[in-house]
Amino acid sequence: MSEQLNVASRERYSRARRSLSFSGLWNNVAVRSWIYQLVIIAGVIGVGTFLIANAQNALSKQGISTGFGFLQQRAGFDIGETSIAFSSSDSFLKAYGVAVINTLKVAAASIVLATIVGVVVGIGRLSKNLLLNKLAAGYVEIFRNTPQLLQLIFWYTIITNLPRPRDAISIGGVFFLSNRGLSYPWFESAHYALLFGAFLAGCVAAWFLVRYTEGQGRRALRYVAWMFALGAIIGLPVLTGYFLGDARVISVPKLRGFNFFGGATTSPEFLALLLGLALYIAAFIAEIVRSGIQSVGQGQIEAARTIGLNRFDTYRKVIFPQALRVMVPPAAGQYISVVKNSSLGVVVGYPELFSVNNTVVTLSGHTVEAIAIMMSIYLAISFIIAMLMNFYNLFVQIKER
Amino acid sequence: MSTAPGCVSRAVVTSGPRRPPPQRADSAMAWLKRNFFDGIGNMLITFGLLWVLFETVPNLVRWAVLNAVWYTPNAEVCHAAAGACWAIVPEKYRVMLFGTFPYEEHWRGVIVIAIVLGLSVISTVRRLWSYWLFVAWIAAMAVVFVLMLGGVFGLKPIETHEWGGLPLTLIMFVGTVVGGLPAGVMLALGRRSTMPVIRALCVGFIEIIRGLPLVTILFMASLMFPLFLPEGMTIDKFMRAQIAMAIFFAAYAAEVVRGGLQAIPRGQYEAADTIGLNYWQKTTRIVLPQVMRIVLPSMMNEIIRAFKNTTFIGIIGLFDVLRATSTAIQDPTWVRYSIEAYLSIFVLYFVLCFAMSKYSERVECDLAVRR
Repeated sequence: MSEQLNVASRERYSRARRSLSFSGLWNNVAVRSWIYQLVIIAGVIGVGTFLIANAQNALSKQGISTGFGFLQQRAGFDIGETSIAFSSSDSFLKAYGVAVINTLKVAAASIVLATIVGVVVGIGRLSKNLLLNKLAAGYVEIFRNTPQLLQLIFWYTIITNLPRPRDAISIGGVFFLSNRGLSYPWFESAHYALLFGAFLAGCVAAWFLVRYTEGQGRRALRYVAWMFALGAIIGLPVLTGYFLGDARVISVPKLRGFNFFGGATTSPEFLALLLGLALYIAAFIAEIVRSGIQSVGQGQIEAARTIGLNRFDTYRKVIFPQALRVMVPPAAGQYISVVKNSSLGVVVGYPELFSVNNTVVTLSGHTVEAIAIMMSIYLAISFIIAMLMNFYNLFVQIKER
Repeated sequence: MSTAPGCVSRAVVTSGPRRPPPQRADSAMAWLKRNFFDGIGNMLITFGLLWVLFETVPNLVRWAVLNAVWYTPNAEVCHAAAGACWAIVPEKYRVMLFGTFPYEEHWRGVIVIAIVLGLSVISTVRRLWSYWLFVAWIAAMAVVFVLMLGGVFGLKPIETHEWGGLPLTLIMFVGTVVGGLPAGVMLALGRRSTMPVIRALCVGFIEIIRGLPLVTILFMASLMFPLFLPEGMTIDKFMRAQIAMAIFFAAYAAEVVRGGLQAIPRGQYEAADTIGLNYWQKTTRIVLPQVMRIVLPSMMNEIIRAFKNTTFIGIIGLFDVLRATSTAIQDPTWVRYSIEAYLSIFVLYFVLCFAMSKYSERVECDLAVRR
């Protein structure tokens, strides 16, 4: 019975495919879906050409030439905060370069700060200590449930209302907070690349030292290794500084007259944007850290205890490596959103990509091109971070055999 | 799937027979010891935090409460006081809450706020959840627009560029969700479509929007979009911002819905095919109701985010609550109390977002237990 039905339906189907009648074609799923798709393609192309034709018409009426030639022209504006030399006689192209560097600078600093604060708060939320637990929970709720832009404006208002440098708030005598921003100790300018290299070398040496002695059971040996590691991190830069003939490796900011000299100072705009980006995202990172750690099975922790790992080692060797797998994808999303939201710098006047682009649009009149450039840069940065995180994700994923 | 904090996860409830909790001799001292002084590390944390609190909280209380000025029409009184000047709120609340909306017509704004908040409260009752609720929101939005725009029933016409404050924020928010949610569902369905052209278009659209900052999309809507319209045709700035916000929300909502679509077992689709439902019947009657239930918590997160994101429209020159507040404190006699003004709208945003997020946690718990 069913055999017959099957044959009948197959026959009907093949007849429908063979026949060239319109109704037959219309009832063929494949044909119908291609008709839909052709209509959509035609619609998209049609609307697209209509819009572009409108734009070309409007632009030619305003007498604006199109094309990216304007990038070579003289920019004619200054940028308040630059990492590479820039003056108003440089080109628009270079202005974009400066802007991208500024964006990446504030985003990188925010990502580091957000990660540190987020991990601390996230672990705090899991603490048995009720005070720490509640404070961490309060932090997350407050920062997650208010608009980032409001937070940013709030920080900027506070910073601009801080005392003048003469009455700056001193933190341990080395950090100074005033309405000119945050002054902090920094390498002496001339050799700082070398010193930073020495510092990195110290870190690498320390890592190897600790790693090497890890397997050895002897406690004393491990403590000695830790001391040597610490020595390498601090000692290598100091030694380098000494041989360069510059004993003062790091200079501490000092008040002279109306402003700070020595060390380095962030602008109030940078500081506000840094706080606005980092403290907001830190609340989300904290939640990611919390749920990541909670995702590690209780059995894992009990097993770690059983083989005699202490609390710290349980965290470092059992919980964190497993939690990391759960944490990386959502954390990557948050990092991308830091980069994108650095565009809020326009509100406090920090010259990042979006705010420089605004100036370029106003001065050059090349609205469409400028917006296209800005969007492609943001897209490129987002995609690069997403890609890096995907690679990292592959790296930390469970290796199934 | 992780459950919300404070929500008993099902795994715990169903693993083995229930046992009574162990009795604990919980004297005050024992409680203190367990929660604050259990071990050296814990003690150090407690004392460290207590020290920080003693350094900051008394100063904060002195500033915010004890020495504060609560009400005065005279900024000089605030100047003389050592604490916060909350008097800026009663002095400026009309501008902060209604922005540039004509002063005599503020009552219309109040009704709009009441409608939106009232319908929001009604929407929290889960027994009323149906497609009709969505229709109710659309009807409410129609009423809101009539009320705000005026020009009929003897209401004075008010153009959208005069809108501002909380009514604008709420309208922008509701418009974003009501417009963006269906678009997001369509995008998600398109992304999982078997038709390659539709799939490619949806993937491209979603990924591009998600790769861009909201500010740039708003900027494009306000500056570049008018260029692409035919001559003589204009869409006002409010509408352009509204569309941009809805599109941005749709792209994120689409990803949330996609997650839910992927969680529906194949059997559900096959069963729907078996009983002869066509694509739309299958989608609206079998798939989407289950998807919506799965994605509700993440969708609530996106909705809360959309509410916070309404502050961005200030950047392209619309007077939402934040921008209206920034404008209100331009007054030179009150400008030095801007921190107090920002703190007060901070509280406003916090109350609304916190309520939404707590509600979402509760629903998540209920649904997780019932399933």
